[in-house]
Amino acid sequence: MKAAVVTFPGSNCDRDLAVAFERAGFAVNRVWHKDTALSAGTDVVGVPGGFSFGDYLRCGAIAAQSPIAAAIQAHAARGGYVLGICNGFQVLTEMRLLPGVLMRNAGLKFACKTIELKVATTASAFTQGYDMGQSLMIPIAHHDGSYTIDAEGLARLRAEDRIAFTYGHNPNGSMADIAGVLSENRRVLGMMPHPERANDPVLGGTDGAGLFQGLMRGMALA
Amino acid sequence: MKARITVMLKAGVLDVQGEAVRHALGALGFPGVNGVRQGKVIELDLAETDKAAAEAAAKAMCEKLLANTVIESYRIEIL
Repeated sequence: MKAAVVTFPGSNCDRDLAVAFERAGFAVNRVWHKDTALSAGTDVVGVPGGFSFGDYLRCGAIAAQSPIAAAIQAHAARGGYVLGICNGFQVLTEMRLLPGVLMRNAGLKFACKTIELKVATTASAFTQGYDMGQSLMIPIAHHDGSYTIDAEGLARLRAEDRIAFTYGHNPNGSMADIAGVLSENRRVLGMMPHPERANDPVLGGTDGAGLFQGLMRGMALA
Repeated sequence: MKARITVMLKAGVLDVQGEAVRHALGALGFPGVNGVRQGKVIELDLAETDKAAAEAAAKAMCEKLLANTVIESYRIEIL
C-alpha cells in the first residue's frame, strides 16, 4: 500500500505522519503543496497537522486552494482514502471533503495535552482495528478545534454513523463531543487529535498505532 | 477600483471571541454592551474599472476563498 504525505509551508507533523504510515507497512511518498499530482498508485493521502500558511485568513483555507488540493480532490472523487489530522482536518473541511468547520476553542486557549478519545464507530477502514467504544489516550494540540455543524448536518452524521471519534471530556466546545468525522463513502477521515503522536512507547503511548495498522488491513480487504 | 469586503459569522453561530471582548468591555467598566460580534474587513485593489464586473469578481472571490459560507456571510462594497 502506498501513502502520500503532503507538506504545506507551516506543516509540522508531516514527518511524524510519514513515520506512522511507514511503521504500519505503507510505502510513503512525500508530496509538496506545489505539486500538481500524486504519485501513481497512491492509496491514501495524509494531510498533516501544523499551521499551513500561518493559519492566515482561516485555518486551512489557503492550503485548501493550493495546487496539490486539486489532486487530493480527484483522488477522493475516485474513492481514494484521505486522512486529515488537526490542521489536515481543517484543510479537508475547507476543501468541502468533510462537512462542518473547526472554530476557535470555546475556552479561547490553545489546548495541548493528552486526552481520552472514544471510538464511535468501527465501520471504516480507519477505525476497524479498534473496538467500539474503546478509550484511547491521544494528544491534542490545537487552537481551532471546536467542531461546528448545523443541526441538519449533525443529524445526518449521526444517522449515517459517520462520527468516528468523540472526546471523553470535551476540551474545545465541539458539538456532540465530536473529535473526528468520516465522509459519505467512509474513505475520508478528519480528526483533531494526533494518532501519529501516539505511535511509540518512548514518546508516551501507542494508542494511535492501531489506526494506521487497522487502515493497512482495512484497505487490503476493501 | 477598490472593493471592501466585510466577513461576519452568520447569525446563530456562536462567536467565542466576540463574547470574550464583551466580557472584557464589561470588566473595563463599559456597561450596557449587550453583544459583540467580531468579523474581518478585507480591502481589494482591483484592476477592473466596471463596477458590476468588479462586484461579480469580488463575489466569486468570497465564495471561493475569502469567506467560509458554512458559517460566514459577506458583504461587498465597491468604493
